Order: sequence, then C-alpha cells, then structure tokens
Amino acid sequence: MNARLTRNNLVLLAIVAALLIAPLGMRSYSLNVVSTWAVMSVAAIGLNVTLGFAGQVSMAQGAFVGIGAYTVGILTAMEWPFLPCLAVAILLCLALGWIVGYPALRVRSHYLVFVTLAFTTLAYLVFRNEEWLTGGTNGIPDIPRPEMFGISFESDLAYCYFCLLNLAWVSAAVMWLVNSPWGLAFLALRENPVKAQALGVDTRRYTLVAFALGSALGGIAGTLYAPLVAYIDDNAFTLNLSLNLMLMVMVGGSGRLIGPYLGALVVVVLPELLRIAGDYYLMGYGALIVLLMIFCPSGLAGLPETLRARRGATP
Amino acid sequence: MKTVLEVAGLTKRFGGITAVDNVSFSVREGEILGIIGPNGSGKTTLFNCFLGQLTPTAGQAWLDGRNVTGWRPCDLNRLGVSRTFQLLQVFPQLTVRQNLILAGQEHRGSMLGRLIKRHDAALIAAAERMIRFFKLEAHADHKAGALSYGQQKLLDTAMAFMAGPRLVLLDEPAGGVNPTMLAMLKERLQAMNRDEGATFVVIEHNMEFVMSLCHRVLVLAEARIIAAGTPAEVQANPQVIEAYLGN
Repeated sequence: MNARLTRNNLVLLAIVAALLIAPLGMRSYSLNVVSTWAVMSVAAIGLNVTLGFAGQVSMAQGAFVGIGAYTVGILTAMEWPFLPCLAVAILLCLALGWIVGYPALRVRSHYLVFVTLAFTTLAYLVFRNEEWLTGGTNGIPDIPRPEMFGISFESDLAYCYFCLLNLAWVSAAVMWLVNSPWGLAFLALRENPVKAQALGVDTRRYTLVAFALGSALGGIAGTLYAPLVAYIDDNAFTLNLSLNLMLMVMVGGSGRLIGPYLGALVVVVLPELLRIAGDYYLMGYGALIVLLMIFCPSGLAGLPETLRARRGATP
Repeated sequence: MKTVLEVAGLTKRFGGITAVDNVSFSVREGEILGIIGPNGSGKTTLFNCFLGQLTPTAGQAWLDGRNVTGWRPCDLNRLGVSRTFQLLQVFPQLTVRQNLILAGQEHRGSMLGRLIKRHDAALIAAAERMIRFFKLEAHADHKAGALSYGQQKLLDTAMAFMAGPRLVLLDEPAGGVNPTMLAMLKERLQAMNRDEGATFVVIEHNMEFVMSLCHRVLVLAEARIIAAGTPAEVQANPQVIEAYLGN
C-alpha cells in the first residue's frame, strides 16, 4: 500500500516535471495542443465535480465554457484586464450553475440530461442571436492574451505555462474539495440521496453547490480558452462541446481525481496523433472508445484496478 | 415522564388507499417503543410521514413540543431524529469508519466550515467509540461492502447513533440477521437505552425480539392502531391475535 503510494507520488512528480520542461522544446502547434489539453482538463474537472463526485448529470458544461469565453471576449474588448474578467466569469457561472441546478432537485438521470441540454441550447441561441452582445455569427475577434504583474503571456509558450498554472491551482482546489467533508457528502448524495438526507446531509443545498462549483470551473476553462484561440464564435460552444466534455469524464474515469486529465488527453490529444491515419481516424477513434467502455466501464483511471482484478480472477 | 415525540391524527392517503388512518401516539423520553403489525398495515408509511420522507395528508407531529410536520429529513436529523431503513443502507465503497464519520459530520458547524476545516477530533473520537460499542474494531478500515450482512446491519444502526440523537427510529433492525448477531444487537440497544438514556421506536416482525426489547408496543392493523400496552398486555389482546391469525 505504502510502496504503491510512493510510486504514485513519483509518477505524479515525473508528469509534473515533464509538463514543466516539455513545452520549452515545443513548436507553436504542439504548444497549442498542450494548452487546449490544460483548458479542457479544467472544464472536465468541473464536470467531474458535478457528475463524477456528486452524481448530477449535466449536459450544460459546454455552455458554461462558452459563457466564460464570451465574458472574457466582451470585457477585454472594453479594455478590462484579465483578472477582473476571470472574477466576473466565475461569479456569473456560479450563479447560473446554481440556477441550472434547481431542476436537479426534482428530476434525475436522463431527465436531467434533457433539462441541462435545454440550457446549452438556450446559451447557444444567445451566443448566436444577441449580436449587440456577442457579435452573433461574426463572433468576437482579436481577444488579447493577458498581461499580469508585468509579465506578458502573449507568446504561445508563455500562454501554455499560463494555462498549466491555472490547471494546477484548479487541481489543488478540487483535490481539497474532494477530500473535505464535502467530498463525503457529495458521494452520499450520488450513491443514495434518501439515506444521505436521513443522515443530515442537506441534499438540496449540496446539489446546487455541486452544479455551481462545476459550472464555475467550466467558466474558468472558458476564460482560458478565449485568449488561447483569440477568436470565438457560436460554433465553438454547441452541444458538441458538452458531449465532448461528458466523453472526457466518462473515458477518463468518472468520480476519480485523475479521470479528467486522462479523458482530456484522449479527446484532445489522441485525435491530433491519429491525424496521420487521415480519413480512417474517426473510425479508429470511435472503435477505441467503444472497446474501452466495454472492457473498462470505470474509465482509464479504473484500468489498473480492472487489470489487477482480472489477473486475480485468473491466476 | 417527558414526551419526546407526539403524533396526532396522522393520516396518509395514496389515491383511494388509506395507508395510515388517523394515528395518534407519543414516545416518552428513555423508552423503547415497538410498533408491530401485519405486512401492509402501514408501519413504514407511518415512519415516513413523521420523518419527512412523505408528506402526511393530515395530522401533526411534534418533537420536544416543536411542530415538525412536513420538515425535511435532514433538518429533523439535525434536531436529533435519526432512522434506519428497512432495506440495509450503508455506503459499501466507504470504510466502516468513513460511514460513521459521514453519519456524524453534518451535525457540526456550518456547511462552509466543513469545507475549510477537516473532520475534527471529537467526530473521529465519536466514530471510534461507536466502532467499539458495536464491536466492529476488526473491520474499522474495511469497506462496508465487504462486511457480512449482520455486520452491515450493526453498522447501519451505529450510523443512526452518530448524530448523538434524541430519538432513533429503527425499521426492522432484526430482518435477515442471524440469532447470534441478533442477540448482540439487542444487548447493544439495551445498553444504549440504559447507559445513555437513548429513546427508540422499533418496527419489527420478529416477535421474540420486540417483546423482549420494548417497554411498550403499539399494534397497527389496516392503517389503525388497534392495541397499545406492555408486551404482555398486547400479546394477550384478542384483537391483536385476530389481526395476526384471522378468525
């Protein structure tokens, strides 16, 4: 047990070191892939809080990424610096996430999917049609990258580190959350809400909090995404994004801390690697995910356990 | 003697079916009250109605003189009312200790405080005490799902006591528990009652268990209370015999 723990720590340390050093030797294309991975990891970590830990299905995470991105797009056009934009995006997504959570007090599982899906559609329609605010189908161009404490994050390399830095603090915060008494209450809410409530867990409040926190992380991902791509329009935040984020959580391992990073790796990086396969890439990609879900429904994070259990069953 | 729980005129209808019909009773401090009755006589529905899982059609419930009709289970739990369910409900993927800590954590401090501060020493000590009390020391760090059914049942009961409760309602604590484990459960419950003055309401089908554990017994049949009294009185009541055995 302890040997495994130290081994895991060493692996973690190696990965962090690789993430710190590797960008130095990367070109712009690779840097953007790493940045996108970091941004999508943040969004997936958020969905993992709502869905993975608290058990509330949300198809609205993509919409919150959009709301975060548009917040930065609109406010930086008004010459706002990045940090206040981030604060506004977080507060806005916390509030909207709280509101989106209300249906979850009445409906669960696939019904909740439809309710949250409606929110995603609604957000998309606002992005697309409210031209005075969002630029409509023309989108918002020339979103600047932040400059903070005299450091400019303009270059791809600097911005990649900026995304990784944000991923780091989000990771630390969520790790704290999951290991706090709230993590236990979320698990109780996910596994057995009736029993949880009989044990004093205020399921209503925890449900709303789970939605608010998960959505706020989606918003943070959005604020990082907009300066990364410099141009946003409505097409980036369709239902597709919500589905992709859901895929990241499920493939990575729902309700596991390292799940979202692995999921984002599969959804963001794997297609880039499979690009050499040309037109066949989607087929291969689809097949891989289907196989994974059949043989390891607990996702990539659960793969070691599945393999160990299988070895134990057939020595 | 002080009254802990007072239920008056409680009625629950589901469409045309009356599951609980104008039931009134009270629970006194420090007593063990049994509720028995044939299947479908409304025992669990009665529980659910004054514990917030269901909203009663009519009637009121008071806890320590406070009207708690229609309160949510979590708010009632914070006032010191805890319950177990008929079907075993522990969290199998958590350890025994984690289950107990979960059962006690929501009663302490504010919700925000629980995010910032980790579990306090008093809570962990309370969990340890409960582990010792229900003789689960050997399994404290095992996943609850790996325990035997009887041990899980003990854990479930122990969780109900983590709130430091004023009133504990046990729904069929003996169901599916082997005789040895059952004797231990009874002994533990009696010790809780004797040493800590804990007040219980127990729904049970196991007559031997009920009659030897409870101070007073209510008999429910076809949604009404048909008899109440000491175990001996109830057992001698012709109406009770009729309800169970028919004419």
